[in-house]
Amino acid sequence: MSTVLPILPEALLLVLGILILIIDPFLRKDAARRSFLGWFTVAGMFIILAVSLAFARPANPTQVFGGMLRFDWLGFVFAMFFVFAAGVTALFFMDAEQLGRRAEAYLLLVAATIGMCLMAASADLVMLYLAIETTSIPLYLLAGFLKEDDKSTEAGFKYMLFGALTSAVLLYGLSLIYGFTGKTNLYDLGSYFSSFNLAAVGIIFLVLAGLAFKVSLFPFHFWAPDVYEGAPTQVAGFLSTASKAAGFAVIIRLFIAAFPAIHADWSLILAVLATLTMTVGNLIALAQKSIKRMLAYSSIAHAGYAMIGVVAFSQLGIASVVFYLIGYVLTNLLAFGIVGTVGRLTGSDDFQAYAGLSRRNPTLGLASLVAFLSLAGMPPFVGFVAKFFVFSAAIQAGWVWLAIVGVLNSIVGLYYYLNVLKYIYLYRMENQDEEQHQLQVARPVVIGLIVLVAGILLLGILFGPWFGFATKAAASIF
Amino acid sequence: MHFPFLSVIVFTPLVAALIILLYKPGQKKAIRVTALSAAVFALAMSLVVYFSYDKALAGYQFVEKYSWMPMLGISLHFGVDGMSAPLVLLTGIVMVTGVMISWGIEDRPREFFAFLFILASGVFGVFASLDLFMLFFFYEIAVFPMYLLISIWGWIKTREYAAMKLTLYLFIGSVVSMIGALVMYWTSGLHTFDMLVLETAKFSPAFQKIWFLPVFLGFAILGGIFPFHNWSPDGHVAAPTAVSMFHAGVLMKLGAFAALRVGIMLLPQGAKFWAPLIIVLALVNIVYGAFIASVQTDFKYVIGFSSVSHMGLVMMGFATLTPEGLTGAGVQMFSHGIMTALFFAAVGMVYDRAHTRQIPELGGMIKPLPLVGIAVIVGSLVSMGMPGFSGFIAEFPIFMGMWKTHAIVAIIAAISIVVTASYVLLVVRRVFFGKMPEALEGHITPIRTLDKIALVLLMALMIGIGLFPALIVPWVQTGVQHILALLGGA
Repeated sequence: MSTVLPILPEALLLVLGILILIIDPFLRKDAARRSFLGWFTVAGMFIILAVSLAFARPANPTQVFGGMLRFDWLGFVFAMFFVFAAGVTALFFMDAEQLGRRAEAYLLLVAATIGMCLMAASADLVMLYLAIETTSIPLYLLAGFLKEDDKSTEAGFKYMLFGALTSAVLLYGLSLIYGFTGKTNLYDLGSYFSSFNLAAVGIIFLVLAGLAFKVSLFPFHFWAPDVYEGAPTQVAGFLSTASKAAGFAVIIRLFIAAFPAIHADWSLILAVLATLTMTVGNLIALAQKSIKRMLAYSSIAHAGYAMIGVVAFSQLGIASVVFYLIGYVLTNLLAFGIVGTVGRLTGSDDFQAYAGLSRRNPTLGLASLVAFLSLAGMPPFVGFVAKFFVFSAAIQAGWVWLAIVGVLNSIVGLYYYLNVLKYIYLYRMENQDEEQHQLQVARPVVIGLIVLVAGILLLGILFGPWFGFATKAAASIF
Repeated sequence: MHFPFLSVIVFTPLVAALIILLYKPGQKKAIRVTALSAAVFALAMSLVVYFSYDKALAGYQFVEKYSWMPMLGISLHFGVDGMSAPLVLLTGIVMVTGVMISWGIEDRPREFFAFLFILASGVFGVFASLDLFMLFFFYEIAVFPMYLLISIWGWIKTREYAAMKLTLYLFIGSVVSMIGALVMYWTSGLHTFDMLVLETAKFSPAFQKIWFLPVFLGFAILGGIFPFHNWSPDGHVAAPTAVSMFHAGVLMKLGAFAALRVGIMLLPQGAKFWAPLIIVLALVNIVYGAFIASVQTDFKYVIGFSSVSHMGLVMMGFATLTPEGLTGAGVQMFSHGIMTALFFAAVGMVYDRAHTRQIPELGGMIKPLPLVGIAVIVGSLVSMGMPGFSGFIAEFPIFMGMWKTHAIVAIIAAISIVVTASYVLLVVRRVFFGKMPEALEGHITPIRTLDKIALVLLMALMIGIGLFPALIVPWVQTGVQHILALLGGA
């Protein structure tokens, strides 16, 4: 039992995936039966969450499976919110006909989640690469899941091409690390890179290129808007949250474990990238007409904010990144959940489709208020405290200019988030009779939205204990 | 442990907002009654706090402290002193009268009252917070509902523009101050956001000189300080009546109060260094605001710019750093809050009936709306600082304090009183007297009973304070003592 404990979430996810495959052929093709598949996945995810939280909490960091994985709070905290995000995404899947009735969709979701959990826990270059691929391949498939839809196919293909290219670059970087040091365990590398010489520069650039793609840092962000726009909205939500957070988990662990001695140098590189990412993301988001593309650029900007905490290179910094990501995952899932359901009900992702939303469904209006204000960083939603902690960490570490860049960017962000609310609350539909017609949101989506709104408020107001988890995660790698 | 008055006051509007959101959109009557009862309850509580504040004891009272996040030294720490107790009361009064005036809102009243009350919670929270983190937390809670309130229920011609402008200005101000606050937090090395502890931090003079300006100006944007006042008249005019009342009556004080609380009290040396600049900016506010107000033809813009001018007096009172000036500023915050709430309420009532705010198109309103006319006349007298009204109690000490430090500034600022007198009296004459335009003849319906109650309440307060300054001055003076100790002690 004790050998399985460190990979309990992953093991249970695997069981869940197999069970999905087993029960699939026994379900008839009518809607009611097929929805069982969704509920089964959701229940499975939340049971895994509960069981892992109860039994698989790590104690002192230990390397397990011959140094392949490190069983510590960082990996555990990330794994828990990957499972949570997957559970909520499964709820949203049930509302999308072409995803929700196919067992493959759920299976791919589970497989990607396994990969992400392993990404967050990997302590070895080989394991790391395998985990990244385990995550990426199911996500390529999910992005292109709607075979009849050209845009979805294009999204899947584009995502795969970019992904394959950056994966190769990453692999090259990793092989250079092995070439220079002869080691593959991350925790053996710390003493090798003591100066910022050519080898270190090359390695950092190559590795960063690969990982920057996963978290959509400038200049590796080009894929994100196209892929988010084309992929099914529910999948885009998962891509922009859990997948991005997994990328951050790797960046945090890799850079702190492997290059601690030269942190002053890579911090500066990351600071510049964070600045560019925030600025480019926010400025381009201003010009968008489609809400999915706007959210794509906004999620690029958010990667920049989160990166500020990594730049700070301190326990508080890492804790604030982890907290930021938890908050961001909740918020962005909510935003994509709303976009998904509005898209299904109105058949459009343009801003115009949101006109009069607060009249057609006041509750959905309020949910979007929560989502967009939290993204903008307003209290009492989690976005505010998350940003506050990140900027606080930056200032503690002396990066005052970066914090100023961050807050200026959040003002730009506020503008386009408020713009969406303007459509929802202020503008009327062209055909005002249609406004009387209430929009009916499917039950699984309602549950998902309620869970997320509650989470955003809970973390935004009673942030103390949650930040405690984030601090534990940060403490486990320093 | 005493009864947690302040927590109850701060969270009453929030709870009321949640209850209101649980109603069905159609239950308008129930929504309004709930809103009014919550507002009256909050007012009653703030009256209790105000009158049981022990002036002999001074200092912070009704203190409550709950550890919120020990790791970073964040706590939910409430308490009022002589400076903030009147402002808590002011918020209660504006909240009650605001709900009364908004009784007739028909478009989504559920959301309207919910957003208005979330804003009210934020305002109470800022006035009562003794923790810097919580101050920002509540500050921003008070800012964002403003956007929705103005853009949804505002004046259709300018609301989108004005709401966005206002929100961006205020948000920029608050994040700039926030950076300053974080720098203070890490520099102090005390690992606490508790402002009472941060007051003892003894920041180096050089540090204070650098960071005072961003922190002070960041908040002062909400106080309408020149040259960042531009959002304020536009915002006032575009906002629906109750929101204008809240906005000019309470929110602008929020900015001034936070600028005092965080800027002057935590960085006193910086305040001394930069005081001349603040005085100059405030002087521009006062004089320029008054002149601009006097050339407006829109009734509401007149009041909007007069707010800019009067808030300049508050800032000037702060910047004198003398007991007289600070006391005057404290009273002015309260007095101006009541006065401007009254003005906007009156403007709203006229506009709802005449459907125009252009002064040349109005006239003879005193006949159909006698009480509104009287209210505006009383407000005008307060506005020009006539003895016997609250404005005099506020403005006279400010000028005294100014005279002590820079007499010439006091003289220039006093010009504004003349200008103010000229434009308010002109407005009164043109709108309420003279001949009513034919287009309006017969269209002016009387005001509701609730409107009357609101107007009488506000007028009574202004006259009451004018006749019995002891109702407010001793409170403010105890608060000023503490500020002076910080200024002198560092």
